[in-house]
Amino acid sequence: MNRLSLIDLLLLVIRRDLLLAMRRRADVLTTLIFFVMVVSLFPLGVGPEADMLRKMAGGVLWVAALLASMLSLPRMFSADHLDGTLEQIMLAPQSLTVMVLGKIVAHWMLSGLPLVLIAPVLGLQFDMSPAAIWTLMLALLLGTPVLSMIGAVGAALTLGLRGGGVLVSLLVLPLTIPVLIFGAGAVEAVNSGIDAVSNLALLGAFLLFALVFTPFVAAQALRISME
Amino acid sequence: MPSNPILEVSDLACERGEHRLFEGLNFAISSGELIRVQGENGKGKTTLLRTLCGFVQPAQGSVRWEGRDIHDWDDLFHSQMCYLGHANAIKDELSALENLQIGAGLAGIEVSEAVALEALRRMGLRRKEHLPVRVLSQGQRRRVALSRLLVGQAKLWILDEPLTALDVGAVELMQELIGEHLSKGGMAIFTTHQPLQVTGVQTRHLVLA
Repeated sequence: MNRLSLIDLLLLVIRRDLLLAMRRRADVLTTLIFFVMVVSLFPLGVGPEADMLRKMAGGVLWVAALLASMLSLPRMFSADHLDGTLEQIMLAPQSLTVMVLGKIVAHWMLSGLPLVLIAPVLGLQFDMSPAAIWTLMLALLLGTPVLSMIGAVGAALTLGLRGGGVLVSLLVLPLTIPVLIFGAGAVEAVNSGIDAVSNLALLGAFLLFALVFTPFVAAQALRISME
Repeated sequence: MPSNPILEVSDLACERGEHRLFEGLNFAISSGELIRVQGENGKGKTTLLRTLCGFVQPAQGSVRWEGRDIHDWDDLFHSQMCYLGHANAIKDELSALENLQIGAGLAGIEVSEAVALEALRRMGLRRKEHLPVRVLSQGQRRRVALSRLLVGQAKLWILDEPLTALDVGAVELMQELIGEHLSKGGMAIFTTHQPLQVTGVQTRHLVLA
């Protein structure tokens, strides 16, 4: 019997959560289907005017991504909490921060990455230019992990509370507004012929900042919630 | 107090909300000893065990492992204990083998398939190793959870109602496992409402009134 290194532990947590998700696919598909449906309803609702659709594309896709990522947040820790696994994770003589990071990465791979990959297809419904679609993908690639990271803190804080699902949205949504503004702003900048680098750079900065602090904060929030 | 106590509880008091569950609790446990925590429902047995694990901050007093408060040990204390709570901490979607290997991995221990299979077979789960846990009975699920005790190297076992849902054979096996653990220098604290007699070991009783 050997002790696992932190990297091995991180990979184990990611692999475990992906394996569990693959065996209950409905949870993963719910987020994706919600995203596709919300985005697809807009062109039907506002009409086929290409100019207007192009202008609103970034905002619509980002708001839909934000709401879709909220759907799966309450489940990030609650399933493990209910079946006692979270207790075992917290008792492990390993870094809880690393394990929380693993859960965040797995959550993003299951709820954020699919949105990034499907976004170009949905962008076509809004008559987005190839440049705007690439920028949207890049912005989502940088921004959706931040949504998972901020969401992890909210999910940990509201663990075990009655109405936790609503509470987590109330806590997390205001904190994700900067990501929404700069994410949608990047696409808008390309549409207006302006360089989107500053928006993307800010999203990158948010990502690094969140990567450093949120796993630790979420781990501390879990300790408080488990008392 | 036993000689060379490893886990010492001094003047411990715990509260749930405004309600004080117990106070002034003093005891110690060292190698080869077994303590059974008794008390009516709601007297704080589970809270006591969770406090010993470090989940719950006591309202008063301390829990010390080898002379140091358990909260000062950080991960080192947890590497020497194994806790089994009311919930089995297993996933319905995974097989018994996957549950055991992944569960041990999360505890930081890499367990080979051969070792995990041996543990499951010892727990009476032969030919059930690769089945999803959701198709197993409650008793078999409890056996999967208990098999974690066999693949770890924890000195201290803290078991909250370990016999729940177990049949007579499994209870006897559990008694045997606790006996083996104690004979190897381990120690165990447990609660149960069922009879449990470990051969050759004097069980100390701690009653929460």
